[in-house]
Amino acid sequence: MRKFLIKAFNKPMTGIIISVLAGFVIGAVVLAVAGYSPLEAYSAMFWGIVGKPKYIAQVIINAVPIILTGLSVAFAFKTGLFNIGAEGQYCVGTIVAAILGRYVPLPPVLHPIFVLLAAFLLGGLFGGLSGWLKTKFGIHEVISTIMLNWIALYLNNFILSLPGVKKEGQQASHEILPSARIRILTDWKRTDEGKEFLTNSPIFGDMLRTDIHVGILLAVLVVIAAWYFLRHTTKGFELRAVGFNHSAAEFAGIDVKKNTVSAMFLSGGIAAFAGAVQILGTNSFRISVLAAQEGYGWDGISVALIANNNPLGTLLSGLLFSALKYGGSSIQSSIGAPSEVINIMIGTIVFCVALVSIFPIIADRLKMKGGSK
Amino acid sequence: MGADNPQPAQLQLAVQMKGISKFFGSFCALDKVDLNVQKGTIHALLGENGAGKSTLMNVLYGFYRSEEGEVYLNGKLTDIKNPKVAIENGIGMVHQHFMLVENFTVAQNIMLGTETTKGPGILDIPAVREQIRELGEKYGLHVDPDAKIEDVSVAVQQRVEILKALYRGVEILILDEPTAVLTPQEIEELINTMHRLTEDGKTVIIITHKLREIRQSSDFCTIIRRGKYIDTVRVAEVNERELATMMVGREVSLHVEKKPAEPGDKVFEIKNLNVKDSRGVPRVKELSLYVRAGEILGIAGIDGNGQSELVDALTGLGKCESGTISILGKEVQNTTPRYIRDHSISTIHEDRHKRGLVLNFSVAENMVLETYRGDEFSRRGVLNWPKIQKNATALIEKYDVRPTGSENTLARSLSGGNQQKVIIAREVENNPDLLIAVQPTRGLDVGAIEFVHKSLVEQRDKGKAVLLISLELDETMDLSDRINVIYDGRIVGELDPKETDENEIGLLMAGGGAAE
Repeated sequence: MRKFLIKAFNKPMTGIIISVLAGFVIGAVVLAVAGYSPLEAYSAMFWGIVGKPKYIAQVIINAVPIILTGLSVAFAFKTGLFNIGAEGQYCVGTIVAAILGRYVPLPPVLHPIFVLLAAFLLGGLFGGLSGWLKTKFGIHEVISTIMLNWIALYLNNFILSLPGVKKEGQQASHEILPSARIRILTDWKRTDEGKEFLTNSPIFGDMLRTDIHVGILLAVLVVIAAWYFLRHTTKGFELRAVGFNHSAAEFAGIDVKKNTVSAMFLSGGIAAFAGAVQILGTNSFRISVLAAQEGYGWDGISVALIANNNPLGTLLSGLLFSALKYGGSSIQSSIGAPSEVINIMIGTIVFCVALVSIFPIIADRLKMKGGSK
Repeated sequence: MGADNPQPAQLQLAVQMKGISKFFGSFCALDKVDLNVQKGTIHALLGENGAGKSTLMNVLYGFYRSEEGEVYLNGKLTDIKNPKVAIENGIGMVHQHFMLVENFTVAQNIMLGTETTKGPGILDIPAVREQIRELGEKYGLHVDPDAKIEDVSVAVQQRVEILKALYRGVEILILDEPTAVLTPQEIEELINTMHRLTEDGKTVIIITHKLREIRQSSDFCTIIRRGKYIDTVRVAEVNERELATMMVGREVSLHVEKKPAEPGDKVFEIKNLNVKDSRGVPRVKELSLYVRAGEILGIAGIDGNGQSELVDALTGLGKCESGTISILGKEVQNTTPRYIRDHSISTIHEDRHKRGLVLNFSVAENMVLETYRGDEFSRRGVLNWPKIQKNATALIEKYDVRPTGSENTLARSLSGGNQQKVIIAREVENNPDLLIAVQPTRGLDVGAIEFVHKSLVEQRDKGKAVLLISLELDETMDLSDRINVIYDGRIVGELDPKETDENEIGLLMAGGGAAE
């Protein structure tokens, strides 16, 4: 038993599972204290997630941006950097997508590829700026990225204030051209054949009624690419070495400064990619004047933490995060309990995951105490 | 509990540990170990790193609880639940890493933790000062009570630690590897203090793996090997070789076996090098030296005389103010670590954990930390994992890294000696024209030291140049073909290790030769 516990506590997965359970327990306590049945609430949430195919589709759609911002943060963590700026980099991605999607007419397929690459590049430069500030002037990336988040937000509003960008009488830009959009089967859905399929095929029809777009496939691709990059390329090897021990990396002849800038470039690029995917894939295909930050970058930090900064893990944790948020809204609509309880749950999970480092320590303690059974 | 007693009955035992067993999980750190320490003697505890000697002392000090066994203090069965009980029973321990408050004075550190007995909230500093002076006088532990810890040398800090224990009325003093940080002269002073303590009826237990110091200081020696009790001997009746054999479990060569050097041409040369530290203080001053092919040049010196700045400059981590560093006629000063490595200079850095290894990387990854870009291990930027694995397997075998099959083990979980083997494997496999070894055996046990020394001599015998920078004088004298002594950033003398002795070098190291 002890051996099993020692082994289990040394696995990151154990800590994460325990944290998720802790989130549910705390959520239940809060619900019970507020006078709602936790069981009812959780069953409402459960059916709000898997009750209909379209719910599942929506969870996946909502997961796409936070999987990617989560990946962005996790990637930076892996290289020893704390990228709080995924929020701003995401915002840069949305701006680039809205502008290039609207004003650079290109044939379909080519158009979104062009927009996504440009967003990656510009977001990368935006993130790389923080890396450069760090190596050149020693400004910590946490400070610079927080400030750049606001710069990105006001850049968004500034661009919207330029003549002709905003739509007449609205607080948002014009929609991007249809050629840039990555929603699937939009035209086919309107044909007779499509309509017939939608009504006759309960599962796929229901799913297709949502904004389903190729973003999830792109997210999976980028996650795998990031994982492959870190694990299988010399550049990724350098980034990880710098992340774990920059002194040893420096001594081994690895250029720490260059790698810091590259890491922030790639991390920023991934976050901006998330923003662009969101604009190209979901309604309303445009950017709006922002009063506050949208929060995708901040959610990304939670997603990365829950994934224990494992690039592949961000897929699962992004889906979990999205499911909780989406299913949580059913708690309110079906039994009237405040959906804020979901935020408490998520907060608890992140808090516990942040404490996950405690589990290897518990394992050590168990080892220390040794044979006293 | 009338147990039979291996020691003569008429002598009083200060410490008697019987059948102590300690497990960490399923790992048995101590297996029914006995220890009998006579009152008023210096008792050495000898064993390799990881043999369990520190664990045993931590049981005595109440830091760990043993699963089995009993501890008797002055014949009385005592349950040492925690360090507090140990202190109450007159046990004091000076750890390898000192536990002092850097920006407190000596007196403040000594009274720390016991100051409450002085009255409600009022510190009686003059009285403490007086007590420190008395204790210092009595045992030869001279310190300035008002100096701040951060301003005094390591040797003085150690004295403060011992005084702290004495101040608390210690009767049994445990010293964990006390000589690792001291110069020969300071070691002599420490041994002198230990003798004065025992003359006063106190008991000293010293944990060490340095055989010569046991010979110089101790009355008895208990040997532990892999958690098992081996023997307790009267030190006067055994020689170093016998002690070493008992410790390691096989014959070991204490002295480096090597043929006379056959030096060739100058391979590496430093001319008039000046280096400042990070605060802008000159640390290396007009330093010049050279190393020839097929020889080991040893640099002897007390810590803090410019060695670390010299190493930083040599490895490209730090900048040189002026002067040249050249390998095979090519100047490499003020370049980058990679440039210097590419010009066939490899370095075994003294700080394994900070500079030598990425502890969260596997052994295989650490083995290619410098060569991952080469054609052998990658192609167009994509790593060739099968080759990296194969390389690790081969080097683990060749350099006897334990445990075997540790290719994918994190470097973190290897023992110190095996971590060092990983580094040596990596650096030596570069086949450099100059191998710089800085403190290459720091914290290693006899078996591992033997291995490191052999590797350096092999490198020399291949006709390569080796630069050894070590604070261990024995090592420098044993290994080097020539010795340069560094003092205050300058080379103050060149000596032939066959014709010099410790006193001559010690004097130069302390600046005694700098007057001329």
